[in-house]
Amino acid sequence: MTITSAEAPAPVETPAPLARNADYYRLKADVEDFLYMEADLLDERRFKDWLNLLAEDIVYFMPIRRNVKFGQHAERENTKLGVGISWFDEDKWTLTKRVEQILTGVHYAEEPLSRVCHMVSNVQVVGVRPDAPTGEEVEVRSRFLVYQNRVEYETYFFVGKRYDTLRRTANGFKVARREIILDQNILLAKNLTIFF
Amino acid sequence: MSGYRFDSIDKLVNTQDGFISRELFVDSDIYKAELEKIFTRAWLMVGHESLVPNPGDFYTSRMGEESVILCRDKAGIIHVFLNSCRHRGMKVCRYESGNTSLFTCPYHSWTYTTDGRLQGVPLYKSLYDGVLDREANSLVSVAKLANYKGTIWATWDPEAPDFLTYLGDAKIHLDQALDCRDGREGGSEVIGVHKWIFPANWKFASENFLGDTYHNPSHRSVDLIGIGPSAASGKKGRRDDELAVAQHVWVSFPVGHGVHSAIQPEQNQYVESFLDNPVLEEYFRHCYEERKRRLGDGARLLPFVGTIFPNTSYHGRQPRGLCAWHPHSPTSTEAWRFFLVDKDAPQEVKDYLRHYYMRYSGPAGMTEQDDLENWLYATSASMGTVARRYPFNYQQSLGAYTSDHPLGGDVSLQVTEQIARGYYNGWAAFMRNASWDEITGGDRKGAARHAAE
Repeated sequence: MTITSAEAPAPVETPAPLARNADYYRLKADVEDFLYMEADLLDERRFKDWLNLLAEDIVYFMPIRRNVKFGQHAERENTKLGVGISWFDEDKWTLTKRVEQILTGVHYAEEPLSRVCHMVSNVQVVGVRPDAPTGEEVEVRSRFLVYQNRVEYETYFFVGKRYDTLRRTANGFKVARREIILDQNILLAKNLTIFF
Repeated sequence: MSGYRFDSIDKLVNTQDGFISRELFVDSDIYKAELEKIFTRAWLMVGHESLVPNPGDFYTSRMGEESVILCRDKAGIIHVFLNSCRHRGMKVCRYESGNTSLFTCPYHSWTYTTDGRLQGVPLYKSLYDGVLDREANSLVSVAKLANYKGTIWATWDPEAPDFLTYLGDAKIHLDQALDCRDGREGGSEVIGVHKWIFPANWKFASENFLGDTYHNPSHRSVDLIGIGPSAASGKKGRRDDELAVAQHVWVSFPVGHGVHSAIQPEQNQYVESFLDNPVLEEYFRHCYEERKRRLGDGARLLPFVGTIFPNTSYHGRQPRGLCAWHPHSPTSTEAWRFFLVDKDAPQEVKDYLRHYYMRYSGPAGMTEQDDLENWLYATSASMGTVARRYPFNYQQSLGAYTSDHPLGGDVSLQVTEQIARGYYNGWAAFMRNASWDEITGGDRKGAARHAAE
């Protein structure tokens, strides 16, 4: 059975903290600006513009989280990227399909469109790789609180962590990797029609 | 139970004229009666042996509203127990899965072995000696358990017929979901499970999977953009094209099972379906030919979807899997979707399929999301006092079926609600405590007598 296998490495290792100097805070401010701008695009339903912020080789992953015995969390709590079934294990093609689906106007789970508000906080830059093969990459951790309200009474709160890899390009940052850690076991929502 | 007596059940379910009361989908007394009369008697799907491959492995599951433990004991025998200590009821297991030699209750530390027997009772000598019968205080076990081609089914009713009798002629359709793609029997494994809660009555989901082909318009958005295994090559739609030239059949069976399958023409040929990936295309073409060679004429039957009464559904093709629609309240359901692949399929095939399953199914699935929207608002708009006065219409293709078909059951060759009418006939039989003989169709006279009364 592949469901409990731990072939894939742990998602994000904890590197040594970066020195807190002027360069760090400048970079952190740039990253925060980017994340807030991204949240605006999603909340303003500018989905095609949002897609443009995603690298062509993006990995977009939301594991399912399981109740496991003490001591087994690193190995078994989260489903692993590339193994079995998760909530999301997406590439640019499927994310583009999801946007196209909403834009048909007949994706009834998002028609009428939900009201969504992305709160991003606890932003930290945890690593910089200036010499990554596709350009400088920045490892970023943040928390999210995403509020979704649709039709009349339907309301959901999604709370968790994001581990992002942002790649610097001539057109600004692109999201190259996003791991979304939703702090729920059984999903307490009927659908995941929104982007994180 | 108040409000709904056995004799009023038939007023709620009028399959003769094609009307089903909305009370079935919103009323709390009916819901409580369902838990008692259906979920303590019917065979329920608990899980799959691949979730507990080794001695001591366990996987917590559900039967109706209640938590159960699917466990393989130290001798390798599979059990299903109520997940509740015999002393004060605490859950003895709050992990989803794992391996253990004992289930230890956190409350007073009673311990149970993997075959369910009560082993440890703190201070037994001084507090319980000569009084407490350990054997009689084992974890509560299901009355009957069946391992059918790797899927584990159980019932609380010692009088229930064996699983294959319960399944009846629906068997060969369920087989299409459980057998290898190349026609070998069984051989599937679960590669992951989705669990989520949605605010709708559990029967909306069960009924949808009987074969409600009529709801296709709600999936127009995925059909327009194309998410199937040939979508990147420019094909619209959400699946493969293998059923394109087949005669679709909708079959209602005793107990209330219903399926939507398809029969290919005699000179059946493989239909290219995986244009996006040559490895997949080659693999499924190979499986198709092998299956034809193994099963001969039987290979013409291809699966689509079905529901085994009351709340187990399957997708026989893609996204292949089993669903348990666990009742959570009259207006909420806990959905579990078990995704299946052939255990010995090449890794690239498994990897392709799991991606396809994820973009299609479950709460993040581009197709299933629209179903959930329907079920939610159909439930909420049926709760009103006035709404409840107006039953749902089930008159589609009324009378358009034959009971004289090699597949058995009532067979329709056109899109039909006959399978839903059959499902609710089964539901009504359970709700008025019909005998097992009548429920499984053995006592057709009993059913006819009831209909005449």
